[in-house]
Amino acid sequence: MGVGIEVINLNAWYGANHTLQDINLNIPANHATALIGPSGCGKSTFVRCLNRMHETNPIARVTGTVRIGDLDIYEDAKPVEIRRRVGMVFQRPNPFPTMSIYDNVASGLKLNGFRNRHALDEIVERSLKDSALWDEVKDDLKKKSGASLSGGQQQRLCIARALAVDPEVLLMDEPASALDPVSTSKIEDLIFQLKSQYTIVIVTHNMQQAARVAEKTGFFLNGRMVEFDSTHKIFTNPSDKRTEDYITGRFG
Amino acid sequence: MKLETNTTRARFRAITDNAVTLLAVLATFLVIAPLVAIFVYLIYRGYSSLSLDFFTRIPKPVGEKGGGMANAIVGSGILLALASVIGVPIGIGGGIFLAEFGRGTKLANSIRFTADVLNGVPSIVMGVAAYALIVSPHVRYMPLLGHFSAFSGGVALGIMMIPTVCRTTEEMLLMVPHAVREAALGLGVPNWRSVLSITVRTASPGIITGCMLAFARVAGETAPLIFTALGNSFWSTSLNEPIAALPLQIYVYAISPYDEWHKLAWAGALVLIVLIVLAVSLVRYVTSRGVLKGAS
Amino acid sequence: MIQVPETRISPPQQRHELQSAAALQTASASLKASEIRKFLLQRGNSALADRWFHVLMLLCALSIFGIVLLIAGELAIGSSLSWGQFGFDFFFKTYFDPYTHLPVYWDPVNGHFSALPFVYGTLVSSFLSLLIAVPLAIGVAVFLTEMCPGVLRGPLAFLTELLAAIPSIIYGLWAVFVLVPLLREYVNPLLTGSLGWTGLFSDDNPTGLGFVAAAVILAIMILPIISSLTREVMIAVPHSQREAVLALGATRWEMIRMGVLRNARIGIVGSVILGLGRALGETMAVTMVIGNTPEIHRSLLANGASMASVIANEYAEATSNLHRSALTEIGLALFVVTILVNAVARLLVWAVTRGAPARSR
Repeated sequence: MGVGIEVINLNAWYGANHTLQDINLNIPANHATALIGPSGCGKSTFVRCLNRMHETNPIARVTGTVRIGDLDIYEDAKPVEIRRRVGMVFQRPNPFPTMSIYDNVASGLKLNGFRNRHALDEIVERSLKDSALWDEVKDDLKKKSGASLSGGQQQRLCIARALAVDPEVLLMDEPASALDPVSTSKIEDLIFQLKSQYTIVIVTHNMQQAARVAEKTGFFLNGRMVEFDSTHKIFTNPSDKRTEDYITGRFG
Repeated sequence: MKLETNTTRARFRAITDNAVTLLAVLATFLVIAPLVAIFVYLIYRGYSSLSLDFFTRIPKPVGEKGGGMANAIVGSGILLALASVIGVPIGIGGGIFLAEFGRGTKLANSIRFTADVLNGVPSIVMGVAAYALIVSPHVRYMPLLGHFSAFSGGVALGIMMIPTVCRTTEEMLLMVPHAVREAALGLGVPNWRSVLSITVRTASPGIITGCMLAFARVAGETAPLIFTALGNSFWSTSLNEPIAALPLQIYVYAISPYDEWHKLAWAGALVLIVLIVLAVSLVRYVTSRGVLKGAS
Repeated sequence: MIQVPETRISPPQQRHELQSAAALQTASASLKASEIRKFLLQRGNSALADRWFHVLMLLCALSIFGIVLLIAGELAIGSSLSWGQFGFDFFFKTYFDPYTHLPVYWDPVNGHFSALPFVYGTLVSSFLSLLIAVPLAIGVAVFLTEMCPGVLRGPLAFLTELLAAIPSIIYGLWAVFVLVPLLREYVNPLLTGSLGWTGLFSDDNPTGLGFVAAAVILAIMILPIISSLTREVMIAVPHSQREAVLALGATRWEMIRMGVLRNARIGIVGSVILGLGRALGETMAVTMVIGNTPEIHRSLLANGASMASVIANEYAEATSNLHRSALTEIGLALFVVTILVNAVARLLVWAVTRGAPARSR
């Protein structure tokens, strides 16, 4: 089961750029939350702060508090521990090119020292089923490399890889932006199914996508969070003028 | 208005243009000619001198017919194995540091620069340094030291491999897409694990290629062996004794006055060049297929 | 500008039945899942392992500095005896035989050591080889980048690569058995006949060995280095530079001269210096054809010796400590000079290729 995320006064810098300014936010457990906004508004930086990926760049800096469940991720734990509990799916599908499909899914556990082969088989199968890829790849799990799949399949493989470590939170950074419409709709269906078990945060530049999959939506602009409310409210009756301008396509 | 006002000038320009083209083509031919000559002559002389004995016998004393370079081939193998044991891990480690930890830092830049400069240091200088470090009778604080030995030759060659392996490893690691690193980080894999099992593994065809190139380069090195491994006309596989090596034996035979030995030198050269051409072609084949097959 | 009609926004409630189906499907695995979580929680954060890994890789990288320092240190200690005895004179001094009054530079038996003939031999053979190699190398590079039909480019580049991979000893072997006889029989008589009056090509050396033989084989060896680097530098010249010159109505040669060579000249100088660095330290091929006589002659057809060749010839058999120390000092000089030459060359090449697309192999 997923856990909620509480963000208090989060600030992030990228070199001299103040990319996130005073973000305060409560993301509910076991729901999908969408973050929308024009490109460069800080929404990607924000999700990367939720699993401490932002700081992997030497010129990046973060202040503030992020609580995932009971855990203050910037105080109580090391980045690797956080990232095992918070899965991430990236904009471009990035399976490990030299690994088979099976090894790709198992990689999160194997590389963290998990040795039980029998259990691995089960976990791989379950993860691939959860990511709706099982039927397409079950015959050549160990024969084909992850890179040999199509773009949409690769992205679902990446989701399976993230699910295999059974995270509490799943972050998705524009997971469908590099995919064709059919693959996109498959990914959206997937998100819809997964949110009963995981807390999902999805960044998207596609407003319809946010409307289709998320219960909550936040609107980011110029490093600030302008509005955060139920998706229905944001898309039908936003309280901020800037949100309305963006939703109705006046800019961005 | 007439487009062309000065026809002599125009003609002069056209002639110069053609002349330069001709000169460039000529230069290319002049460069290729000796290469072809070397190869053709090498194959011709080497092939006619090659026999089964060459691979199975050790050298005969001066004046006797026959004999081979079996001991030199095995000796080269031992020297190269020792050199690889020293050069490959340290070189790859250095490359990992440059690509994964030091990117953009002053330290990494200066190491990269030093490695490039070190690549240009003559191999004979490596030999002198290895002599002073290992062979010189003044150093006797360890059992392998203080005299000519296979060990000293292997160390000299190994040290020479380090900068080459280091730089190619770095170049290959830099080709691994950033997305692959992020994927590993995002799974909460410890850094050392993600570097070794993901990044290095993804770049491994390229890294192996780089190691082979360094290997091929030191395989033909003679200068650093003259006063470290010294050479040996008998069977020896001991690290503690002087050992024969293919290029060293070719050198000794080439400058000798005996026709029989000249033949063996050519045969040895052919064997050496076949090994090196194989390595270089393999490298080219692997790199032309894309160093990172399947990497997006 | 997209107007999002409100009707197209489907509220999430429409799909609740899907959601519950998924929950059913995975309910059986929920027990396993918590086990995975427990396992991962128990894994340490491997901060210590990461730390050690970082330090280990750092040490490997630092070994590059270590090697340079080690070589410099060993050579400095090894040459201290000779340095103490001769000082800077080592590179300039000339002895005269008391009876014949002929100059003597290098006489291990009587303890006379002067590196002058070796410095002379190295410089003469290297610069002579550059004289031969540079125009050819630039010609090849121009041909390969600007004129060569695409079909030939790959094989030619491969050939150059191969040329660079052939070991020095094989060039030497070929030089001894093919080049030297060729020079002896045909080229040297021609040179003495036509240019003998300059004094640079006297006919008193019947062997065919000497500076010219060394320079020719050196030229063949450094050609691939110079031409491939020159090619790299020329490729790095932006295409717009070529087009700008062509647009002015230039012929191809004018385009190459003004658009390419002028922009690439610093890098070309760098690659030539890099070739010089290789020539200065080249050992085996030179040792086999230069004649190995520690003398200074005006004639380029005379026998000589280079810094590298004297080390290769005498180091293993050096009997006195002073002899070995003097040879080590020559090695140290070679080390310092090649480090400087290579550093300058690298800086020049970097200045041009930096920011250019990655090296095309």
